[in-house]
Order: sequence, then structure tokens, then C-alpha cells
Amino acid sequence: MKPDALLYPAPKGLYCERGDFYIDPVQPVERALITHGHSDHARAGHGHVLATRETLDIMRLRYGEEFCGGSQIARFGETIAIGDVRVRFHPAGHVLGSAQIAVEANGTRIVVSGDYKRRPDPTCPPFEPVACDVFITEATFGLPVFHHPDDKGEVARLLLSLRQFPERAHVVGAYALGKAQRLIALIRQQGYTEPIHIHGALAKLCEYYQSQGIELGDIRPATLGPENRQDLAGSIVVGPPAAFAERWSRRFADPLAIFASGWMLIRQRAKQRGVELPLVISDHCDWAELTATIKEIAPSELWVTHGREEALVRWCQLQGIPARPLHLVGYEDEGE
Amino acid sequence: MKAFAELLDRLVLTPQRNAKIRLLVDYFHSAPDPSRGYALAAIAGTLSLNTVKPALIRDLLLERMDGVLFQYSYDYVGDLAETVSLAWEPPAEVAPEDIPLGEVVERLQKAGRSEVRSLVREMLDRLDTSGRFALLKLATGGLRIGVSARLAKQALAEMGSREVTEIETLWHGLEPPYRPLFLWLTGEGEMPLLKTPAIFHSVMLATAVGEGELDGLDPSDYAAEWKWDGIRVQLANVGGVRRLYSRSGDEISSAFPEIIEVAGIDGVIDGELLVGGTMRSNRATGTFADLQQRLNRKTVSRKLLDDYPAFIRAYDVLFSGERDIRPEPFHVRRGALSALIEAASPQHFDLSPLVPFSNWKELDELRAKPPDPVIEGVMLKRLDSPYLAGRSKGPWFKWKRAPFNIDAVLMYAQRGHGKRSSYYSDFTFGVWTEGEDGTSLVPVGKAYFGFTDAELEILDRFVRDNTVERFGPVRAVRAEPDKGFVVEVAFEGLNRSTRHKSGVAMRFPRIARLRPDKLPRDADRLETLQAMIGPPT
Ligand SMILES: [Zn+2]
Ligand SMILES: [Zn+2]
Repeated sequence: MKPDALLYPAPKGLYCERGDFYIDPVQPVERALITHGHSDHARAGHGHVLATRETLDIMRLRYGEEFCGGSQIARFGETIAIGDVRVRFHPAGHVLGSAQIAVEANGTRIVVSGDYKRRPDPTCPPFEPVACDVFITEATFGLPVFHHPDDKGEVARLLLSLRQFPERAHVVGAYALGKAQRLIALIRQQGYTEPIHIHGALAKLCEYYQSQGIELGDIRPATLGPENRQDLAGSIVVGPPAAFAERWSRRFADPLAIFASGWMLIRQRAKQRGVELPLVISDHCDWAELTATIKEIAPSELWVTHGREEALVRWCQLQGIPARPLHLVGYEDEGE
Repeated sequence: MKAFAELLDRLVLTPQRNAKIRLLVDYFHSAPDPSRGYALAAIAGTLSLNTVKPALIRDLLLERMDGVLFQYSYDYVGDLAETVSLAWEPPAEVAPEDIPLGEVVERLQKAGRSEVRSLVREMLDRLDTSGRFALLKLATGGLRIGVSARLAKQALAEMGSREVTEIETLWHGLEPPYRPLFLWLTGEGEMPLLKTPAIFHSVMLATAVGEGELDGLDPSDYAAEWKWDGIRVQLANVGGVRRLYSRSGDEISSAFPEIIEVAGIDGVIDGELLVGGTMRSNRATGTFADLQQRLNRKTVSRKLLDDYPAFIRAYDVLFSGERDIRPEPFHVRRGALSALIEAASPQHFDLSPLVPFSNWKELDELRAKPPDPVIEGVMLKRLDSPYLAGRSKGPWFKWKRAPFNIDAVLMYAQRGHGKRSSYYSDFTFGVWTEGEDGTSLVPVGKAYFGFTDAELEILDRFVRDNTVERFGPVRAVRAEPDKGFVVEVAFEGLNRSTRHKSGVAMRFPRIARLRPDKLPRDADRLETLQAMIGPPT
């Protein structure tokens, strides 16, 4: 069958008419398949949700027990039939629980990759390439300027700064789901054993990651009662990026503003946000990884969901790969 | 290059002055020679490289990249060097390796016109992303890192536990890659010896007298002198080498051949360059407008020499022969100076007279009614003050006469109206202030008159050649400590203002004159303006 008869963009998200389900819908729907727990992909209020166990756990943590009418766990590699459509979840390497979803009917297979990355991540299983007719990819960093450096070097810069400025609290902005835990795990991998302090907004998710066997070492709340005010000079404090705009970070000793994100590659971005030490750590593919993944999977067609789709489509043209943007709305371009 | 590139990236994003100094000190300690010396030169603006045109680096990238993808990338990033550094993909067979900054600079300096292209390509292939960025910024001459030469010297002083004046004293006698300087600072070598004292020595500057500031000072500790309205110069005659420098260290010997010809004074003196007659020749001193006829000229005609003869009104002496007498107190130096001037050509040299006074009130009255129109105020010099390079608060004060005037740096320009619509003739200017982001310029006023048509041509040309950003009809111009344009702004008064970021508002500001002889770093500071208003009541 023609791929766009199997799956097509509708106002609420990518829709499979034959199975009457949506993937990562942006509005409440009867039946949703969710790739991963980031809030622009996983929303509350659906009738029925099919997702990995970790993604369901994360949705429950974020939205409460009542986050959907009913749920079903999808195991990696297991085929689930929805009407005469077969779906299968595969690791995406993006955050804990993240999956690509392969949708297949009448011999046509489409892989919806959700958000994904190719670098080793101590907090989740690696991306698994799946052969398909249509590969649907994001293009968050879909411009040839994005060449993310090695994470080890980035973490080493943070540790160097701690030695250079031992009187300052090193306050790192990192997204609460995935980035924060990965950053902490990467810091631990470099042998840093001091306590790492976290903002309250990160507590539940960090605890959850630890319950899943991911080593984060000694983590402590960064905010204690007034009797225990601590300035955390020379310590690492991790908080969600939004906390920087609040008074929160100003309570620490001469805070040194750090931000862990793939966007930190662009100097102007770092400057605009008032970041003193940008750490280029991304949970998405950079340009080289995006293009290498497309070459590796070699789909007969490429569809591009969100991000810088024009450059990726242009690259496909030059490579002779049919490609088109889906113009989906509701996904954050800056979802890092 | 890795360490230097990392330093640049950190400095650009680090707002605090002390943190910048620490980053610099750590770098100077850890980087080897000659790399650290070239880094210092790049930061202090003393590095000379044959620069590479931006078009060349764009072409290099386009050898490997689709034009459409390049355009998307450039539009997104907005900076060519950054785009190229990020999008560059070395061939798989080239192993990444760090190239020391010293090697990069020396190879760029040696490369001939035809070799530059392949040299830059080769280095881009070997360096990592930040290394490429640093290379391209160096090579295209576009390095902007928010660190002044002054701050770099401060870091050097800290590195060697020295006073910054010691660094200033040596500075103009040293050159990249500054090996002897670093050896001295790290205790591995002697203090560098100046080859000849005929080099330029940083001049000693005065701070403006603030409201009520003199009250706590004893008049008998100070000598007063007229502040003459010419340009500050330094004249050196040592070991047969004669040179005349402007206050920022530019050599202007060829514009004043009559001075050089008779500059038999053995040593280095500090004074005001004026035109007209010396006091010893009993002829009137020319005005600044007369002096301007002689400025900014490479050569000078016979007629100009006759109409506007130049002379030096001496203020101080730094070297007597080859002997450095800067550590001696002012009154001792003054004695030596007076003997030197006595023996010099009476048409070309005179001694700036002292102004006798017994209390501040008396001096204030003298300041308001000076005996000569070419006087713009008085200078106060502590009798025991050594000659210190740079501007320290306390030993020397300047006390200008009303109306108020300050030296400010051009920041923005806008097209004029009517017959001036083809010129950039509305100017916003600023002064230095120390904020959370380190030292920066804060706008203090706007002026669109006061200058002559000829001066407008100069200003307009400067604006067109030095635009760094455009906002609609407004252009932002280069305004950095070592690059930019200084104007003297006169105004009738000053009010406190909450509407302006600077906190001050000028009444009737006008551009009184252009000061191409000054560097932006020499412009006034916001505290000077605040002192003019006086403390809050
Ligand atoms: Zn995501
Ligand atoms: Zn996303």
C-alpha cells in the first residue's frame, strides 16, 4: 500500500486510519502510541496509551495516576496487532524509555523515530536501526553547522572550571527528563564522587532513574530550609533551565551559569541566555549523525517532522533520496 | 590552539573582570612560549598578521559544501567565521591534532599571498571546531573578546605579583611573543632591559577633580600648572634616535620636522604640542583650531610650517640621557626639566609655568579666569609623585574650566536631515563605566552640531568604514578600547536622570572637536560625569 495511506499528518498528530490511532498526538485522542516521555510528545488526557513501561511510569510521575483512561505496556521487539496493522517498539537512545515505533500493514513499513540520538548514553539502551520503506525523522539539529563535540570533553570543561573557580557554585541548567540524569551519570563516569545538588523539580525523575538501576551517585536537594542555608561554593548544582530566570539560582555563592544543551554550540545562543560556561551535550543527533543514520537505514523515502527540515530535505535531494517535510505543529523546535 | 580557543570562548562569555583575569593568568601560566606571547598580542591588539579576506574562507567551505546548505547555515549562525568553523568537515583520512598557536601565527606570518589559501585549508582540517574558530577570527582580523589591553596587563601583573605600572613602563619596548617578559614574570629571568629609551613610554594621566574632592587635600602638597589646549606628546632623543609620539604611542615625527630637527634635549620629555610662539619668544600661543591645521598629516608644506610653527611646552621629564628618572619625585624632575629646556631652542621649547596659589579657592578663581585663551583648566601634581604610567587616582588631577567638557567615544550615528541627509551627522557618544559585565561604554548623550564641514567629512567616513551593526537608520560603530573615535563634547550643564541608563543627562551637548590623537581607552569615565553633578542631595 502507499505509505501515506498507512500514516499521514492530521491536525492532532500523525494518524493511522487503518488502526485508528495517533502517534505522539498533541491533543487528547481515543488511542495514542507514545514514543517517549518529553512533554511535547507525551500529553495527558488520552483514552488509551500504548508506550514502553518506562514512558508510562514517567507519564504517571509527571501527570498523576489519572494521566489516561487505560494503558498498555509495549516491550521492545514485541509485535502488537491493532486491527490489521502491526506495530513494534524499538530503542531510540534518546531518554530512558524512548522508542521508535514501526508501523506495518500490507507489506509497507514506516518507522516513526520520535526523538533519537546515536551517541552512547549511560541512562538508556542505544538506538537500533530498523529497515523500512519510510523513515520519519526529526531534524532538531538538521543544519550542517551542528557537529556536537564529544561529551567527555564537555564534562571535563565543567570539572576544570570547578578547580579554577572553587569559590563559586556551578549551577547547571539541564532539562528535567533525560538531560539532567545523563549529565550526572557522565560526571560520575569521570570519577567525580562529591555530592551533586539538585533542584526540587528534578527530584522525582532522578529518584525514578535510580530505581531503574541507573547510577547517579550521591545526589542531594539543593534547597533546604532556612536553618540549613548552604551556598554550595565549589559544588555542582543541577536545575531545570527555567529556574535560572527565577531568584532560585541567586541564593548560591556567586553562581556560575552553565547550560547543557546542543544549542550551546552557537555562541550567540549562549550569550543571549547569559551562560558563562556552555556545555554542548545533546540528546538529539547532530548533522553528521542524522545524515549517517539516513544512509545506514536507506529508506525509499524520508519524512521530516520537526526542526530544520529544509536543510535535511535539501541534503536528501542532493543524495537522490525522496524526502518531504510533514509540517507537524506542536513539537518544540527547541526541545532540548 | 585548543587552549587559546578555549580561553577566547570563556573570556567572551565571562562577565566579571576578576574572573577574566583569573582565566588569563591560568592560561599564561600553563601555555608554553611562544604561544602565550602571541595570545597576549592577539588580546592586546599588538599582533600583526597579513589578514585573510572573508571571501576566501567562504570559498574554502564552498569547495566542499553545497551553496544552498551553506546559505541556510550562514543565515542561522549569522557569523561567517563561526559558520565555517562549525560546518567544516575534515576528510576522514586527516587525523585531528592540535597545532600550537605559536606555529599558527608564525606560519601565517611567513605565508606568501599564493600560499595562504592552502595553508588555511590545511589548518582547518587539522584543528577542532573551536580551534578553527580561533584561527579564522585571527586570520580575518575579527577577534573581539571583550578584554582590553589594560586588563591583559592587569593579568600579567597578577601573574608575576607585580604592579601594573611596572608592566606599563616596559610595555612599549617589548614585542610579540614577549618571551623575556614572561620569563621575568615567572621568576625565570631578569627584568627585560629596554634596548633604547627612545621607545614610547606610557604617559602619566590625571583624574578629574570630583565635587568636594580637594577638601581633604593639603594645597601645599601640590604644584599647579596650566592645562594647555594642544595635544599631549612625548619627545625622545636617545643615542642619536629622535622621535615624537602622540599620547597613545603613534609616531608623528614626520608631521613635525621642525621639532625633530632641533630636538637636541638628551632624554625623554613629556609636554603639550602647540603652535604659535613660545613664551620665550614672546609671541601668542595658537589656538587648537590653528593646531588642527597641522594634525593628521603625513608631510607638511613650507607654508604650513611658516603659518603654524609648532613647539613643545614641556611638562615633565622621564629619562635624563639614558637614566630613568621616573621614580624621582615631581619637584626633582621639574628641576631637571627646567635645566634641559633652558638649553634648548627658545622658538621650539618652553617650560609650562607653575601657577602659585595658597588655597583651593584661590586656585578655583584662577582656573575660571585663566590669563590665556588657550588654557583649558589647571593640573594639580603632587610634589612627591613619581612618574607613573597610566591613570592612577591621587597623584595628578585635572581641573577643567567651564563650560563642561569631556572626551567621549562615538557609539552610534544616524543620517542627518535636509542638506545633511547624505551624511551621518547625528551622533551618540558614550563614556566608560565599570559594571557587572566588566568595563563597557554607556551612552551619555547625542549631538548633531559643533563640528565643521571638514570634520563632518571625517566623521562620516569613519562611520561608513567602521559600522559593526545596523538598526534601521542607525549604525553602531566600532568602539573598543583600542579602536574607535574620540570626540570632545562640550555641554552647558549636567542633570541627574532616571530615564537614561547612564543616570546623567547633558544640557546642550555639542561636539567641540575631534580627538584623533586619543584612543577610546583615554576617554572619560562615567564617574567623572557623576562627580560633575556632585553627591546626591
Ligand atoms: Zn524528546
Ligand atoms: Zn521532540
